[in-house]
Amino acid sequence: MSSSQGAMPLESDTVFVQSQTFAPLSARRLLLLGGMGLILVGMIFGDIFAVFVLHQNAARVGASLAAASHAALGGDSAAVVKNFQNVGSFLENRGTKVDTHVHIIAFGYVALMLALLVPWMTLSATTKKRLAWLLLCGAGLLPLCVFLIHYVGLAYSPLQAIGWASIFADLGGLLVIVALAGFLYGLVKRFLSAERAPVEDELLAGSSATGRSLLAGGSFLVLLGFLHGTYYAAVDLYRHEALDYAILSQISVGAAGENTTAVESALAAYGRLQGDKAVNIAAHAHIIEFGLLAMLLAYFQPYVNLRAAWKQRWAVVLLLGSVLLPVCVLLELNYGLVAGGLADIAGLLVIVAMLAMWIGILRYTGKLDAGGAT
Amino acid sequence: MSGARRLLLTGGIVLALWGMSYGLWYAVFAEHQALEEIGSSLARGFSGAAARNIALAEASLRQYQQAKYVYDRQVDVHGHWIGLAMVLVVAGIGLDRLAFSERIKMLLSVTALLGSFLFPLGVLLQTLNRGNGPRAVAILGSALIIAALGTFALGFARKPAA
Repeated sequence: MSSSQGAMPLESDTVFVQSQTFAPLSARRLLLLGGMGLILVGMIFGDIFAVFVLHQNAARVGASLAAASHAALGGDSAAVVKNFQNVGSFLENRGTKVDTHVHIIAFGYVALMLALLVPWMTLSATTKKRLAWLLLCGAGLLPLCVFLIHYVGLAYSPLQAIGWASIFADLGGLLVIVALAGFLYGLVKRFLSAERAPVEDELLAGSSATGRSLLAGGSFLVLLGFLHGTYYAAVDLYRHEALDYAILSQISVGAAGENTTAVESALAAYGRLQGDKAVNIAAHAHIIEFGLLAMLLAYFQPYVNLRAAWKQRWAVVLLLGSVLLPVCVLLELNYGLVAGGLADIAGLLVIVAMLAMWIGILRYTGKLDAGGAT
Repeated sequence: MSGARRLLLTGGIVLALWGMSYGLWYAVFAEHQALEEIGSSLARGFSGAAARNIALAEASLRQYQQAKYVYDRQVDVHGHWIGLAMVLVVAGIGLDRLAFSERIKMLLSVTALLGSFLFPLGVLLQTLNRGNGPRAVAILGSALIIAALGTFALGFARKPAA
């Protein structure tokens, strides 16, 4: 251990007193444990979605598009419209599941960020706690109801176009907005106050080896994701957009000219193009999100009540999974299910590492509540 | 709180609010219409093919291409403004851990904030003008972000002085 680390009270399994900011059921504790819980649930949902729904749904969308093309080939306009309606339904099924995954994780990130900013808010402890509960309730309600939209549909709905699931999803969003507005008010109030005392938060002052690994590793992941996005925009984006139009045009001209071979070859090319686009976007989004997650978790390492060596190991596992998942997703085009399976395992590594940190934080709260903090 | 940290935190929150406001406006006034146009023009293109009307099919698919070009960029802009704002806030919270002088930290914060605003703006401008100007803005923005992120990563990786 370096001298600098040795001097820090935040390293290894040392537990330090922060009873005011991290008291039982305090806003910071609720937001931290709740936020990490949301991210964990969102990731597990994403892994299940990737294994059991994503590819099957993509195959159904492809089959419906092929059926629409064949209907056009046969001159059957009614069947074209019907098949496009099917595409719409499959895309809604997929879209609501992706939205569930994305929103639950995004709300988790917001909760973690707010947990860090809590000491800077000029609000009473009770108000902060209520706002935290409000945010967590909304953050749970919205994704759950978005997930149900496809299944509930318009059943018993008083409205013509919006079902109960959508209404409750909007209510969840409203709860989140109200909570965020409350937190923002607390921040603004503090920044505008002339007599504000300096905030001394030991979470932000700490600089353990694990925290540094996660912060630097997370920044590199965000950078890598951004570089990949730049490369994609420069090399592939315009080519893909041109191809998208060219292939669809080939399908319609082929169908109008009753050229089955042209239609079949264009459909195969369209499937490959959609796959290429999907893996690039997924890799870009995931590496940046994992980077941001690593950076956020870096700040909470002083609360992870595990031995220093284990904290470092879980940080490495998290970073390893965060790199492997997007790389394997990119390789899916060439290596198919093998790469897809590895990507799922990489996702599992991130989940397990996060779960370990979450348990470490729970151990810390137990020790703190039992008065064992030193 | 240092000036650089305040700039990143305040700038990040303002950028997030800006991105969310843009998203709200887009969801209420533009997204539904855009999706409707994408879906209907694609279906019309295939129906035109079924009716052996190549001119209608081509015109509809051109409409689909235009609508999708604009839609993709408008959605990307919303996501990138908010995403970059989150990176700014998270980096800002830990700015004191960077082993750089205050001057460099301030320069870094200005670079990151400017890039985070300009890059999505350049992408958004591409929906109005397909010339090189908007592309140059987007490229400049992304170059600033890459430079700032690279320096952040190096700074966070450096061991602080004992």
